Amino acid sequence: MRDSKSRIVFQCINYTFLFLLMVAALYPVLYVLAASLSSFEFLAQGKVGIIPRGFTLDAYKRILSYPMLDRAYLNTFFYTIAGTFISMLLSVLAAYPLSRRPFPGQKLMSSVVVVAMLFSAGTVPTFLVVTKLHMYNTVWSILIPTAVSSFNVVLLKSFFQQIPYELEEAASLDGCSQMMILFRIILPLSMSGLVTVGLFYAVAQWNSYFPAMLYLRDRALVPIQIILRDIVIQNQTNELSIDLVNGSDQISESAKYATIVVATIPIMLVYPFVQKYFVKGIMVGSVKG
Amino acid sequence: MGNMGRRKKATGDQMKEGHKLAIKKYLPLYIMFLPVLIYYVVFRYVPLIFSFIISVVKYQPAKGILNSKFVGLEYYQQFISSSFFLRLIRNTLAINFLQLTVGFMAPIILALLLNEVGRTRYKKMVQTVTYLPNFISSVVVVGMVVMFLSPSTGLVNNIRSTFGMERMNFLTEPGCFWIIYTLMTIWQTAGYTAIIYLASLTGISSDLYEAAKIDGAGRWKQLWYVTLPGISTTIVLMFLMKVGRVLDVGYETIVLMYNPSIYSTSDVIGTYVYRRGILNGEYSFGSAVGFFQSIIGLLLVVFANKIAKKYSEASLW
Repeated sequence: MRDSKSRIVFQCINYTFLFLLMVAALYPVLYVLAASLSSFEFLAQGKVGIIPRGFTLDAYKRILSYPMLDRAYLNTFFYTIAGTFISMLLSVLAAYPLSRRPFPGQKLMSSVVVVAMLFSAGTVPTFLVVTKLHMYNTVWSILIPTAVSSFNVVLLKSFFQQIPYELEEAASLDGCSQMMILFRIILPLSMSGLVTVGLFYAVAQWNSYFPAMLYLRDRALVPIQIILRDIVIQNQTNELSIDLVNGSDQISESAKYATIVVATIPIMLVYPFVQKYFVKGIMVGSVKG
Repeated sequence: MGNMGRRKKATGDQMKEGHKLAIKKYLPLYIMFLPVLIYYVVFRYVPLIFSFIISVVKYQPAKGILNSKFVGLEYYQQFISSSFFLRLIRNTLAINFLQLTVGFMAPIILALLLNEVGRTRYKKMVQTVTYLPNFISSVVVVGMVVMFLSPSTGLVNNIRSTFGMERMNFLTEPGCFWIIYTLMTIWQTAGYTAIIYLASLTGISSDLYEAAKIDGAGRWKQLWYVTLPGISTTIVLMFLMKVGRVLDVGYETIVLMYNPSIYSTSDVIGTYVYRRGILNGEYSFGSAVGFFQSIIGLLLVVFANKIAKKYSEASLW
């Protein structure tokens, strides 16, 4: 190789730089984990790195005994499962016609989906529509207004288009209806696409807080992200006051970290298993779409 | 996105078959699309129209739109002549300028560097790790920023104090907000976006590199004449998608981060709409500002798309 020397220098710098980027991406996450497991003396002195010091589970004991958190946690599970189901149903039904061979009206359909990507309808009018539909302060306000993402519909469409049309034609000749083709042929053959998009929706729903902030007044309905916002960002420990904050600042500090961990752990647990689907999904979407 | 117009011709032929026949044949497909059509109309398109209607009347929910007093463009005038107008526009543009420059380039550079590593385990590892922050919720990310920057116990200030520097409260310092916000979003999204570019990089044929090498092109020339042109379509499309959201991006996150002491740099159109329109219940005023934002955003993306069409092969439509 002609350029071997400068190439080696470049690769050394490159590998090191990428390593530093990994550290930058991981360090905050590991720090939060370590801080949640550390005793407050070490935390207050700033002696905690990515390894817990003065290991203790006190923070977890405290937050887990707090009933509001349980409730919010269950709510989030419910919103994630129900929301993903609704989103998938709607998206599959939209993506299938868009993935078929051209037929009259198909262009209009795809415009309806794509144009919505280009503008935001506005917070106030959307709020008023949701209120008018009597969804305000109900679980529907979390499940419905953000149910469909244009990006995910286009992604699903790309997955469906990878299936050869001949299969569909053969089924059609055998007298299969469009619904049967979709559910018997297309869906079973695009499992990786369904998993990808389903996970996109699930993660988005798990992490979502803005609709809850807008539409939910009843504390019994709020998801975990709202509780997180209250105690971690706004320091509004109103309902937690007796349990968490009373007395020492330090305990509330590590309780904050513990709350973050508890709220993020389900995603971190599935991440290693699903990230290859995500990568594949994005590849399909960006290559074809 | 890109292949929407691919099958234009075929549509034309099928039109000739006659509409009635076609409608019957494709009825199941129309029915399938119906729920989503309703969704889009109700939650995306109606609000946009609604937004305009409410903004030209003095809307009171109890009275309904029809009985509300028509005021014309009064609320728009009020917004444009208010003392906040210039500040909001400046903040929105400044934050988005950073997003569209530094924030836009970061994932491209990451993808190019990763591409140099080749198909190794190391590449996969870097990809997996840098992608991770994308799965952490905005609430948690902002929470971490708040805690890391905390003047009393935050990591950053602990480091500062060991070097004998003064502890400072970055989040009440107007001068720091833009940079904190930009770094935070890069941390959150660069790894994810880089994967999109990597996908496009793998699509470049190795023949092109071979040909370039035979022509005596070094690494830099290969980058300039093969790699970058190879992903230019993706770059342009990604840019256009970002431009469309230029005026509204991020306000849901900013709402979590800002506080009155840094409104001077952190208050953007979206957060202002939220405060006035939702928190104060000034629906008409909030709608006017929101509609103004939506229209400017739409015009920007149309304009950007025109330019893209003229100077490159990629465009959104």
